[in-house]
Amino acid sequence: MVNKLIKEDTKMFLTGNEVLAYAANSAEAEFMYGYPITPQNEIMHTWCKLLPKTEAGFLQTEDEISAGFSTIGGILAGKRAFTATAGPGNVIMQDAQSMAEMMRIPFVCAVMQRGGPSTATVIYAQQETRLTCFGGNGEGFRIVYSTAGHQDLYDYMIKAFNTAWKYRFPTYVLADGYQGKMREPVTLYDPASRGITMVPTTKALLADGQIGVDRKSAHLRNTYNMEEELMEVLEGYKADYEKMSEEVAEWEEYKAEDAEILVIAHGIVARSARTAIDELREKGIKAGLFRPITIRPLAVKPLRAAVSRAKQILFTESANGQLAQMVLEKLYGLNTPYSTLFKMGVGVTGDDIVNKVESMAVAV
Amino acid sequence: MAEILTLPPNLPDAQNAEVGASKFCPGCGHGITLKALAKAVDELGIKQKTVFGCDIGCSLLAWNYMDLDTVQTHHGRTTPVIYGFTRANPEAIGIAYMGDGGGLAIGAQHLVNATVRGERMMIIVVNNTNYGMTGGQMSPTTMPGQKTETTPYGRDCSVTGKPAKAAEMVAAIADPQKSFVARSSVSNMMKLKQTFVKGLKNVQNGGFSFVEVLSICPLNWRTNNVDTFGRLAQMEEFFEVKEFLVPEGV
Amino acid sequence: MSRTKIVLAGEGGQGVQSIAKILVEAGYEAGRQVLYIPNFGVEQRGGVSIAFCQIADETIGEPRFAKGDIIIMLSDRAIDRCSAYVDENSIVVYDTSVCTKKPEVKCKEIIGVDANKIANEQLSARVFNIIILGVLLEATHVLELSDIKNAMEQALGKKFDAKPELRELNYKALEMGMGLIKERTAV
Repeated sequence: MVNKLIKEDTKMFLTGNEVLAYAANSAEAEFMYGYPITPQNEIMHTWCKLLPKTEAGFLQTEDEISAGFSTIGGILAGKRAFTATAGPGNVIMQDAQSMAEMMRIPFVCAVMQRGGPSTATVIYAQQETRLTCFGGNGEGFRIVYSTAGHQDLYDYMIKAFNTAWKYRFPTYVLADGYQGKMREPVTLYDPASRGITMVPTTKALLADGQIGVDRKSAHLRNTYNMEEELMEVLEGYKADYEKMSEEVAEWEEYKAEDAEILVIAHGIVARSARTAIDELREKGIKAGLFRPITIRPLAVKPLRAAVSRAKQILFTESANGQLAQMVLEKLYGLNTPYSTLFKMGVGVTGDDIVNKVESMAVAV
Repeated sequence: MAEILTLPPNLPDAQNAEVGASKFCPGCGHGITLKALAKAVDELGIKQKTVFGCDIGCSLLAWNYMDLDTVQTHHGRTTPVIYGFTRANPEAIGIAYMGDGGGLAIGAQHLVNATVRGERMMIIVVNNTNYGMTGGQMSPTTMPGQKTETTPYGRDCSVTGKPAKAAEMVAAIADPQKSFVARSSVSNMMKLKQTFVKGLKNVQNGGFSFVEVLSICPLNWRTNNVDTFGRLAQMEEFFEVKEFLVPEGV
Repeated sequence: MSRTKIVLAGEGGQGVQSIAKILVEAGYEAGRQVLYIPNFGVEQRGGVSIAFCQIADETIGEPRFAKGDIIIMLSDRAIDRCSAYVDENSIVVYDTSVCTKKPEVKCKEIIGVDANKIANEQLSARVFNIIILGVLLEATHVLELSDIKNAMEQALGKKFDAKPELRELNYKALEMGMGLIKERTAV
């Protein structure tokens, strides 16, 4: 057991990376495995600084491959373990993430997106959206929370552990370099004070009881001999995933009820959209926001309902439509016209969105 | 006669009796190696706290071979999975089992860093001088002149460099006070078992152990029984069979 | 609804992020809404360092803004990098004793200050950035002087207690910076 540091509501002025370390502690996370890459380093800096008080564990590994795989090792030992990464680190960690997907390991990872492809910038982007949802040689049986600020980071990092351990799919907090590095006020709390109970962990290997007396030896594998054998396993996963989707899918609407122009954005860009929507409403333009919080799985029903009500859609991202592609697939059959405002690896400001929506309104 | 046929096989306790016929190719060295390992586990009485990890390639066929809690991973990633486990559960005896490709090529960074950090685990690299499961390509340990699918005219060391000597490399970077490093061979199973016993004892004492096992691959070598062991003898001359580091208390 | 959008830019090592931190800490302690993004390149040192700060009365939406209310440029490279954040409502401040050129931008007002020279000749090179913080404070009135002093005590209090003359020096720098703007308005 670890010592939880936040025992009552505490308002603090922190960077997002610091918030994530505190959130993991509040979620009773016992071990972090990690490898340095900007812009997520301060998660492990903070985690390490707090170790004498929390009595949790930490290992700095030789790369993100081993950070991912050793996290799996820790989880198999029954620890609430996690890791964090970004950019090229997220790319090479897909190896471990695929294995977690195949073996239904409650893998928790914070991804602080930076510019891509490859080294690119260390600053900010939304270009790991597709990678985080569908990376690896699998089907994307993953749960991805896209946060839009520090309170989200705290809330969803705690939630990620419970989602992962309840449903046994790899679970991500997808943020970005801005959220990691920026400072803003946040209220930290003991999850119990919000009625949140942490889902108990279990040991996959060296579980209680004697081999040959109380139980058989555990043989965990991610190899299959026969095509049909694999498909049978994956069909089971798919059924579990679909059943779970309605329970975990989250979204947020802002002035979307009567919106004629519906902005669809996730993460920090959705925050810029809020600023823009207030300004547009003052100018008499009925704009609204649909923000998927889980970008995998998407909240399909409310998404389609909001899009059906609108006259036009605007997709905006700090990427070239990575979310838009996932959303459009779910909008099949609807014919609401859409426009795009994509800034690859660059922040989208409120002004950007205001200008774009105004031009869309004029066009109508 | 009928009575003899129904006798149960003489399996070590740490070997899985339910697995039936081995999935390894006829004549493969993995069976001997795993049996020696299972006997070593039996001898030390550590079955209940041992966690066994096997890699991709031929070693993955060991995923249900042992009556030990087992996880099968891939690409040399067995090393980080097992040290991730033993970091989280320091009571456990971790074994990472892999081939020469997993240990010395695709997973080499894990081997190097686990050694340097002195992770509490035993890494076993089964060296059969080729990538067996993928069809017999050159590996880091392929012998000079050896024919493989990617060196069909024999390994030309002027192009590929010389074979990697894993045990020497590990011994050079390991902490001699806490590390057991040895090379053994499937040609002498009892000695191999004793080597594993020493390696596991060292892990019990909180140390890091590395055992390279010279092994055989008659299928990809395309050798008969005599030639197989003839080649193994050549390997034993090229790769010195000995204990490189033996810390106190082992 | 009031929101002040601030861009601080200079060379790595000029202390841009340090004063941004003091500024936003001061805002936070004063009960305002604040949001601060340090912008950084691949290099730890030697690049242009930019701080995007917002101080507001209501919840802040966008983390990055298109145009700033005040843009402070402390080097030639900072002028090049940050002219894009200027529009006709912006105040632009640049250091005449560091920059070899004047920002060529359309804006509400361009203010040249020789903070670097003053720091070197009258105070200490180390408090160059604190003079700039004084300039920023007087040019925007985004916070009270007492808020800034409180935040400085929080950040540097231990150092101040060990060396009380440091406190004097920093406060002096802050006031001289404010004076640079006051003088201007007086003229």
